[in-house]
Amino acid sequence: MKINKDKLADFIAAISEQTVYAPQKRGEALVFAPVAKGSNVNLAAANTTIPPKSVVFPQTETLLRFELGKTDLEAPVQEGKAVMLGVRPCDARAMVIVDNVFSWDVDDPYYLQKRADLTLVGLACLEPCVNCFCSSVGGGPASKEGLDVLMTDLGDGYLLEVLTEKGQTLCQSAEGLLEESVKEDKDAAEKLHAAAVNKITRQAPDTGPIPAGLPRLWEDPLWAEVSESCLGCGICTYLCPTCHCFDIQDESEGCDSRRCRTWDSCMFPEYTLHASGHNPRPTRRERTRNRINHKYSYFVDKFNVIACVGCGRCINLCPVNIDILNILSKVGEAL
Amino acid sequence: MNTNPYKPYIATVEDTWFETLGDRCIKTFKVVLDDEELRYNWSHLPGQCAIIGVLGIGESMISISCSPTEGKFLRFSVMRTGKVTKALHELEKGDKMTVRGPYGNNFPVDEWKGKNIITIGGGIGQAPLRPIIEYVKANRDDYGSLNIIYGARTSADLCFKREFEDMGSSGDVSCNLSIDIKEEEWPHYVGFVPSLLMDVNPSPENAIAITCGPPVMINFVLQNLKKLNFADKQIYTTLENRMKCGFGKCGRCNAGNLYVCKDGPVFCYETLKSVPEAFA
Repeated sequence: MKINKDKLADFIAAISEQTVYAPQKRGEALVFAPVAKGSNVNLAAANTTIPPKSVVFPQTETLLRFELGKTDLEAPVQEGKAVMLGVRPCDARAMVIVDNVFSWDVDDPYYLQKRADLTLVGLACLEPCVNCFCSSVGGGPASKEGLDVLMTDLGDGYLLEVLTEKGQTLCQSAEGLLEESVKEDKDAAEKLHAAAVNKITRQAPDTGPIPAGLPRLWEDPLWAEVSESCLGCGICTYLCPTCHCFDIQDESEGCDSRRCRTWDSCMFPEYTLHASGHNPRPTRRERTRNRINHKYSYFVDKFNVIACVGCGRCINLCPVNIDILNILSKVGEAL
Repeated sequence: MNTNPYKPYIATVEDTWFETLGDRCIKTFKVVLDDEELRYNWSHLPGQCAIIGVLGIGESMISISCSPTEGKFLRFSVMRTGKVTKALHELEKGDKMTVRGPYGNNFPVDEWKGKNIITIGGGIGQAPLRPIIEYVKANRDDYGSLNIIYGARTSADLCFKREFEDMGSSGDVSCNLSIDIKEEEWPHYVGFVPSLLMDVNPSPENAIAITCGPPVMINFVLQNLKKLNFADKQIYTTLENRMKCGFGKCGRCNAGNLYVCKDGPVFCYETLKSVPEAFA
């Protein structure tokens, strides 16, 4: 199926019983935000600054509400069904990776409910960014993993590839706006996908030996080297689509209280600080080492997948130009 | 949302007392879950932890310091060090706290049947060891001798002091206390816990040694246990790390590829010796 770009606003209107999220400018950042009814969206810009994880795993999320001095605890009602338009394949893969954590042994009802309520309409990356390296960590600019529909920009319109039942249901609700696609459309999309792969200039070193090899490099001088310029700002983890660590805090305004979770970062000293004052990861060397080990070794041990999708955000947005690909090449060389 | 693992149970403080005084005093809470069904269905084993808290202030992971054999209540011994523990310390008899758990694995009490049990604790590190001591005492016929080795900086810093003094040493239960600094009228050992261990000189034969205390103490205890010819698989410890969720989501409590909240807190030294961050 395909849709003409003129019809995109109508498409959004047709599915607006659900909350529709699309990339929108907020200050200097491009973020996924609800689309106001009747307005159009521009999916052409680069990938969002903040990954779409923020919709299923908000930066701050109320877990429980209660009145100070009382013991009745209430979990907030979930917002209901939502659609995200223009999710990049790397970010959709990241959600599949993070699903592992939130459904591991104990189900996380907050995350899993939002995930179940969410339909992901992806957009193939035809113009990968300068620091994209999805194709060397198991993904690709037109990867379908985690998506319900994959769109490809054909110029006048988008080719829609329906991938799941959820995607089917979504497209049915906008049936009148969609046209049948022809073989030429599919051929054109395939060509564009192949061209996009060739436009990716950066690559992770062979990740094969890294998961098992990383723990052997525990005392390697490379960790001091690669963390020397780190400011500990945590942007690499906040903006990482697979980072899922959180803190739980209580806050009160008068008697209205809530227990909430907020994104946290393994790059912060407080993250591991013991009550005694002892910190098992006292410097940025240990914290960087943990970040890389978690993504490329521990996560693989537990869930058999690298917790990095090659979106390049941590490279693009690091204020001191720390580059995860440089770290990985040093790891590769040291092994 | 039928089961919400973040939603704690409400419990009432049935009794509370100070174990130690001073800046970082330790207070013990005996609490019961308010909901009778929950109270009845609660089950934990020695070594496990729970997340307790004060609504509006926050939660902390604390080891459960009683054995299930003691009754349908829970005990927590809490050192006052931060925001949450300070708020907990303000709770008195009749006040409410929140409890969720139990979390983590437990000491393999079934596997240890027939063995001589040696606990080696330092300071507040005795709190997670107390349940195994009580468990072995309650199931006396299932285990061999019980050897308690416990020390603190001063006699005022010893937790559960009266319990141990009352217990004394008789038959195949021996209780060995120490303080770091000499005090008048202190009848027991003076010196650090690792030295007390050498002084007691327990036999590794058919024995299990469990240690918990400050990281520096654990390191020397491990070295000394090796000197006493304990094999790695005879040595157990319980780790602590900062935790938030208690069930492997929030990310922070890992030591290497192990989550202390799920894979631990109880670890055999056989496993732990190859985990680089375990004793960081």
